Amino acid sequence: MNKTLGWKLGLIVATLVLFLFGIFGIPRDLSGSGLLASIRSRIHLGLDLKGGTHLILQVQVNDAVNGDSDRALERLKEDLRTHKINYTEITKPDPVNRPDQIVLKGVPPEATSDLRSTVSERLPEYDLNSGADNSWTFTMKPQALAELKNRAVTLAIETIRNRIDQLGVSEPVIQEHGLGQYQILVQLPGVDDPARVKEIMQSTAMLEIKQVLGGPYSSEQDALQQHNGVLPPDSVLLRGRSVGSQAGDDSGEQFYLVTRSSAVAGADLRSGGATVGRDTNTNSPDVGFVLTNEGGRKFAAFTGSHVGEKLAVVLDNRVREVATINEQIHDQGRISGGGMSEQAAKDLALVLNSGALPAGIKYLEERTVGPSLGSDSIRAGVRAAIIGMLAVLIFMLVYYRGAGINADLALILNLVILLGFMGYFGATLTLPGIAGVILTVGMGVDSNVLIFERIREELRNGKTPPSAVEQGFAHAWITIVDTHVTTIVSAAILFLFGTGPVKGFAVTLTFGLLANLFTAVFVSRMIFDWILSRKQRGEALSI
Amino acid sequence: MEFFRNPNIDFLGKKWYFLAFSLLFSVAGVFSMLFWHGVPLGVDFRGGTLVYVKFSHPPDDNAIHEALRKVGLTQAKIQRLGAVTNNEVLIDLDVRETSEKALDQGKVQIINALETNAPAGKLDLNNTSSLTLANYLLEKDPLHAGTDAGQRYAAVAKAMVDYRDKTRGGVLSSFDELKTVADPAVVAALQDGFFLSDFGVYQVEIVGPQVGEQLKGQAMRAVAYSLAGMLIYLGFRFEWIYGVAAVITVFHDTLITVGVFSLANKEISLTVIAAILTLIGYSNNDTIVIFDRIRENLKLMRREKLSEIVNRSINQTLSRTILTAGLTFLTVLALYLFGGEVLHGFSFALVIGILIGTYSSIAIAAPILVAYQDWRSNRGKPVAVMAGKGKPTAGKPTTSKGKVATGQ
Repeated sequence: MNKTLGWKLGLIVATLVLFLFGIFGIPRDLSGSGLLASIRSRIHLGLDLKGGTHLILQVQVNDAVNGDSDRALERLKEDLRTHKINYTEITKPDPVNRPDQIVLKGVPPEATSDLRSTVSERLPEYDLNSGADNSWTFTMKPQALAELKNRAVTLAIETIRNRIDQLGVSEPVIQEHGLGQYQILVQLPGVDDPARVKEIMQSTAMLEIKQVLGGPYSSEQDALQQHNGVLPPDSVLLRGRSVGSQAGDDSGEQFYLVTRSSAVAGADLRSGGATVGRDTNTNSPDVGFVLTNEGGRKFAAFTGSHVGEKLAVVLDNRVREVATINEQIHDQGRISGGGMSEQAAKDLALVLNSGALPAGIKYLEERTVGPSLGSDSIRAGVRAAIIGMLAVLIFMLVYYRGAGINADLALILNLVILLGFMGYFGATLTLPGIAGVILTVGMGVDSNVLIFERIREELRNGKTPPSAVEQGFAHAWITIVDTHVTTIVSAAILFLFGTGPVKGFAVTLTFGLLANLFTAVFVSRMIFDWILSRKQRGEALSI
Repeated sequence: MEFFRNPNIDFLGKKWYFLAFSLLFSVAGVFSMLFWHGVPLGVDFRGGTLVYVKFSHPPDDNAIHEALRKVGLTQAKIQRLGAVTNNEVLIDLDVRETSEKALDQGKVQIINALETNAPAGKLDLNNTSSLTLANYLLEKDPLHAGTDAGQRYAAVAKAMVDYRDKTRGGVLSSFDELKTVADPAVVAALQDGFFLSDFGVYQVEIVGPQVGEQLKGQAMRAVAYSLAGMLIYLGFRFEWIYGVAAVITVFHDTLITVGVFSLANKEISLTVIAAILTLIGYSNNDTIVIFDRIRENLKLMRREKLSEIVNRSINQTLSRTILTAGLTFLTVLALYLFGGEVLHGFSFALVIGILIGTYSSIAIAAPILVAYQDWRSNRGKPVAVMAGKGKPTAGKPTTSKGKVATGQ
């Protein structure tokens, strides 16, 4: 064996070892099950193959925008008071569709410059436009709005991750979903109970404390009648439950009229401050919470100025508790909300501690694949793939005889490299991913067939074996580059613009084709060169 | 061993037959898409609720329909899956039943409707997750577990659910079966709070209409962009007409494959899209191999007519075309025959795709080149512009490359 062949062989063996490590890592034991276990720990199977729960949800980013503009509105009120700027009304005219707008009415013309300077100083993220009849419209600047929405999504992902982590799921996927705006993908392998997962996530645990303006009313109509058909500005009607009624029992349902803005919101909650305890009167489970310093100050100011009035503890837009403010309260409170079970109290403490979601969420897609179905489909798929591969390998040996060994070795090495790549990159193998593998195998076979057919052609034209091999590779190489680069280009585009399954296909295909460029050309060529180096001049080539 | 030795078939001479064949299938497919079955979209794209149910006994379709009708699910379609002995049924709720407000409402309704023998206040053990089971056991505490009760009951619950799903195929028919994996005290405790229905839900797919729409748009965009990428690369490596011919060819393949799905009224799911992407890649590979040979021959045989050269190129690569197609077809056929229920739509698309993809490279892509050339020469334009920009083939003399390229 000459020197060039030596380093080529070295390179191939090194590649083989490198990618075998990618597949297996360092296995604990060399038995079949031990090897299988180490493959499983490195190459992850997608939910379609393994079973589990798959959810796509959308963050209702307008909630976060409303929260921000509510705070801005409160700040504005205070500033207008301190700067002695008069106005008749300040409202959010359309909180559902335009949560980023505040309208201020009846500002005297002589206060215009005061207003402008106050706004530019205190509310820099808002644009100020004048309208008819001394009214002013505050609109959040587009950039600030976009940032706020994106932050809501990022925060929601973090919060959901915290909560899922406490459920003890291994290898969860929680990430932004590229398909639509503000969507999050949640994949939980091995979890077969989406209802409970959603319970944990869905209780957005948006904790707020609001001032009670009226109620309880027995129904929405009742509440409207009491106010002559129109609710007071900046108030909302929320559902609540009379004390003692069971969860799921709607008979004890009541309505309360509360302020739209909250005295204290989820962000004011001290993280880790929620604890499960027991109600001192009824001995049923309840949850205590502690506020941050800032939240505590706000809460103290609020309770101090509203002694004798009522406050509502609102969780996820439901009134959980109504209490009369007897004295100024600083930074602690409790949520009992009659008839909460131990489990419900624990879940509530869990979601409160994992941080409040900045906005509500809506579910767009839900899939569960049972573990038995998953393993069935793997078994069938793997068996089919092995049968197909064997048929191809045997055919190549029969059709090309000696050269068939080259092709078979190259194909096997191709698969090793492909799987090794996936192991290194932590890529996930899905059903569409298997499609990518099939196309890779197809193109791998094709490269070999192209080369061998060309070599045969050159031999027929009377070339000597070394020269035929040389020419065959040289000609086929150009074709192989063209086919591979075109396919890799389209796979890369699919990877960039696709999500989920389409992406899984693109990943295996790209890795597989890169590997194939190496195996079909370099490895196969090296084997030919080695065979030729051992042959006598003029001896025929087995192809 | 060798199948083909110097074949010499006049492929271009048969272009009218090819055209007729392609037109027949395309038109039939398009006709079916427009007037007959439409494009049958899977739940991924149209939205809706699919619930896969396994029964412990052969299910009675009429009884299922009746039970579903009682809860108002009159539109539900029921379909048997796999072998009859599997007792597996797919219940398909129409898209109108699915709104994003209560995404899993349809699933809950189906389970409630089928639980005909439910005793009040008890849960169905065949449709209970290990999480719920663990919570229940934790509250009952039949083993009087100490500090690690949470972990112990979680493990017991998981063992029982695994036994139900993996060993018993998803449905238990008696509590006693559980005694093989759990303590009798645990099983006894379960009987207080659970009953056994005669079915288990093993897979659920719920897709809201919004996601379906977005997914459809995105799949189409991704395919369009990747075709554009292909076009640009081929235009850069060969001549733009090669790119155009390749793209028309894969469009032809996709059209016919989707057409066959429409004719057979088979649903196009996301995995079928992956299969169509595979077929695009495969067909394109096949086309480029022939193009490459044409480009090479254009430089060697400058006096021949283009149709001669194209014919020669197809014949020279024919052996390779048939071999590759045959071998890939073998793999895909194995997948279709042995790959199981889940892979069926997927491998069906590939089986058709490989056949069409191979055919189209010879019957569509190559004739387009010739047709374009004829059209140009009829208008008095220079003829030999087809050699392209590719590197001269290695090992051959590279003289007068410029002349070939411009031909003026």
